[in-house]
Amino acid sequence: MFDKYIIDPATLRNTGPADAPTGFAFESKLGYYRGLGLSMIEELNVSIDGEALPREAVRFDEGQGPISLDEMESAYDRRWPFGTPATIIVARDGGFPKGEHTLGLVQKLRVSYLPFPSFNTDEKQVTFA
Amino acid sequence: MTSKIKRGVSLYSFQEELFLCQMNVEDCVSFATSIGANGIEILPEQNMPTFPHLSDAQVEEWKAMLARHGAHFTAYDMFLDTKVRKDRPMTDDEQVESIRRDLVLCNRLGIRNMRVLVFVRPDILGRCVPYAEELDVHMGVEVHAPWHLEHAWILRTIDEADRLGTKHLGILPDMGIFMKHYPPAFRARFERQGARPEIAQFIVDSHEAKIMSEYTIYEVAVKMGGNKAEVAMAETLRHAPYANPRRIGDYAPYFRHIQAKFYEMNADCTDPSIAYDEVIPELVKCGWEGTLSSEYEGNRWIQDVMEVDSREQVRRQHVMFERLIAQAEARFGAASAA
Repeated sequence: MFDKYIIDPATLRNTGPADAPTGFAFESKLGYYRGLGLSMIEELNVSIDGEALPREAVRFDEGQGPISLDEMESAYDRRWPFGTPATIIVARDGGFPKGEHTLGLVQKLRVSYLPFPSFNTDEKQVTFA
Repeated sequence: MTSKIKRGVSLYSFQEELFLCQMNVEDCVSFATSIGANGIEILPEQNMPTFPHLSDAQVEEWKAMLARHGAHFTAYDMFLDTKVRKDRPMTDDEQVESIRRDLVLCNRLGIRNMRVLVFVRPDILGRCVPYAEELDVHMGVEVHAPWHLEHAWILRTIDEADRLGTKHLGILPDMGIFMKHYPPAFRARFERQGARPEIAQFIVDSHEAKIMSEYTIYEVAVKMGGNKAEVAMAETLRHAPYANPRRIGDYAPYFRHIQAKFYEMNADCTDPSIAYDEVIPELVKCGWEGTLSSEYEGNRWIQDVMEVDSREQVRRQHVMFERLIAQAEARFGAASAA
């Protein structure tokens, strides 16, 4: 319902030393009409030009401190509120590649009243200097 | 004569603008009262960023904000995260405790209707009835398409309410169950995604003829070699029932609030899809008292090609409500005044 809005491409930046980035980060909103506990966010699949980055490379921070996807599974006291940006942090030597590329994100949610998992998918073309 | 039917809005209607931070909750309330829709339905998990923690000060801020605009709360939309844990579903006790948490918050906000998700088991709700009675909150199970008023699953909740002899358990109909015509907004989006006009027309005609969805899906997917968009469009028929509005009176004692679902309004303030022109006379005829609470869900069907203007859509729906209520009162005045 909000797929096309879940990546905010203007927030893409590298992390780590400027001359030797260790990863990148960007802001994302939860593509759902309500907030959700972090334990129900099963996957945050980040890709560059269609190539998925490893699950272990991804961390999430809604403001309470970075957390891995494994740790999110039992983070019962943390929520990603509706319409609120959170930071997705990805470990990648060299940071985000320079030039024009496609940044992809798939949010896989465990929504209790749905018989199947819910997927929110977005891709944004970014030119990174 | 004053109608017993009141008008209101669910903040769900403004999800596009709220998500994009183009409106805040007070903007929604202010707009609602500007069109005479003074009843406000909230989704705490959408509209309250600190949910489930809400201080007394926050509760008072909400109440004061509504009072400032001459609005009042009508309903609280609960959720139940039975799959909160990956390793196992919630136990029955945990489900009861989660519902009780919502009943307490609902009561603290001074709200007397709670929308219960349709998948919540009737026996779990039966266990919650003592809390609902103590807190004076009506638990209404959302009758949402593809369920309908006389679906066996819904009848189980009604049986449970009857068995317990309670006034605090019942239903809460979502008007999506009265989809008489296939929504043009759905069709248009599927055509933008590659559905061929002749196949789209076949699907619309099949819905108009009320052919059972599985026949149409098979025709489109197998016999016509439908593409992805065409099959997806045909599959929406599974969730597009047209329940019989004439049965509304039979079930009216079990509901106090209605989610007035709609997908789009025409410029002349008519709904091209949902049969409000048949539903509202039935509500007036049986003397139903409660709130018609707008639930605009058209944003997801048009946001790929145009700016969403939820306010204009809701405004048009309320022009329609006023017209249909007045017409029905003129026709069934005696029953309404009784």
